[in-house]
Amino acid sequence: MEALLAVIILLMIAGSIYTLHARDLLSAVIAYGITGFGLVICFLLLKAPDLAIAQIVVEIITLIIMIAVIRISTREDLTEGATIKVEGVRYVNLRSAVYFVTGLLFVVGFLYFFVKSTLNLDPFGVHSARMAQVYLEQGVELTGSANLVAGVLFDFRAYDTLGEATILITAVVGILTVLRLKGRK
Amino acid sequence: MILYFLCFVLFLVGLYGVITRRNVIKIVLGICIMEYSINLLLILIGYVHDGVAPIIVKGSAETNFVDPLPQAMVLTVIVIGLATTAMLLAIAIRVYRKHGTFDIREIKNLKG
Amino acid sequence: MTGMTNIVKTVTRIIGGVVFLFGLYIVTHGHLSPGGGFAGGTIIAGAFILLVLAYGDNIMHLRRIKEESSALENIAIFCILIMAAVGFLLGTKVFFNNFLPIGTAGQLISAGIIPLFNILIGIEVAAALFTIFLAFVIFKEEEK
Repeated sequence: MEALLAVIILLMIAGSIYTLHARDLLSAVIAYGITGFGLVICFLLLKAPDLAIAQIVVEIITLIIMIAVIRISTREDLTEGATIKVEGVRYVNLRSAVYFVTGLLFVVGFLYFFVKSTLNLDPFGVHSARMAQVYLEQGVELTGSANLVAGVLFDFRAYDTLGEATILITAVVGILTVLRLKGRK
Repeated sequence: MILYFLCFVLFLVGLYGVITRRNVIKIVLGICIMEYSINLLLILIGYVHDGVAPIIVKGSAETNFVDPLPQAMVLTVIVIGLATTAMLLAIAIRVYRKHGTFDIREIKNLKG
Repeated sequence: MTGMTNIVKTVTRIIGGVVFLFGLYIVTHGHLSPGGGFAGGTIIAGAFILLVLAYGDNIMHLRRIKEESSALENIAIFCILIMAAVGFLLGTKVFFNNFLPIGTAGQLISAGIIPLFNILIGIEVAAALFTIFLAFVIFKEEEK
């Protein structure tokens, strides 16, 4: 189980690295599908079928919208090497050096906090469900819903769902405003 | 623990894309990859060995369920992620129409 | 926008309704089986996107559909707020109170207001995603 998940996550990492380095934006968007569909398989293996159904459709709709954007703009990526050539002599590009150092600082900082936080976590597969114990034991009597995820989503934590719907409507209003071509006089 | 670390590596790949790429579309893809890694990490934490999906079937005495709370939260995150990605792409296509390029170094009107 | 070839149109005519029906099943059985409002809503939006992509439409009609789906989304979220307020006014003073009888778990008509919330959230998500898609399509068409 763990080995299979590790292989799939490695495949997702490889797909995302190719996504960030592809020269053609269309192939980058398609390679991004490796990450998304790998995530779907991970959800299925981790016994989360609700998420797998939602993720696989969301992935396809994201792909449609991204291809629509690329169709009406350009497909070519901006290329930039790590070195530049001036009068036959190669110099290290100062910008990429600065980016490299910044990225290294970020990695070290995030690694520090990651190690500190995962030391307090349970190892994989041994989850002490402190919060969800009530949901698991009395969820069916309290909500009457056989699917505990729906019970948590719409009864115990309905405020979160309301906030999610609000974010969705705000995003739609923002998109309609940004994509309006002619301004109102 | 190795799975958590791989998940973190996926997050770092997305972060690397956000920091080093110049193309706005590539930056959006990097943000999406970071979001996916966070979703995966939350679901990995909620898994128990030999657990079953948190759906109660009448007649079965199964008690070893995986945690339903992270699943419920991540379910909302997935749909919100699609909406925010579409918002970012809308802004990107307007920037392309105004400046004629996806290069964030050429877009200097907002510079202070 | 123009539609696609005859092959795509024929296949869409066959499977478009099935995809929509599957989305409805996922939404209405959200409290019994995997799925629910979010997953089913995205599937319903996908069915409509498939129809628009395969058959195409003229821009005036697309604009009118966009207005309608945007209004549908607003109505759905307004209904969610009304149901929450009704739960507040009836019985205990708790927002989002489950005021309908719970029934026996496992039946289609059970779990109080959870199926109603599932349906409303499904309408809201489907209308929102379809509106986003139509906004991009209309932007592309108007530029020509």
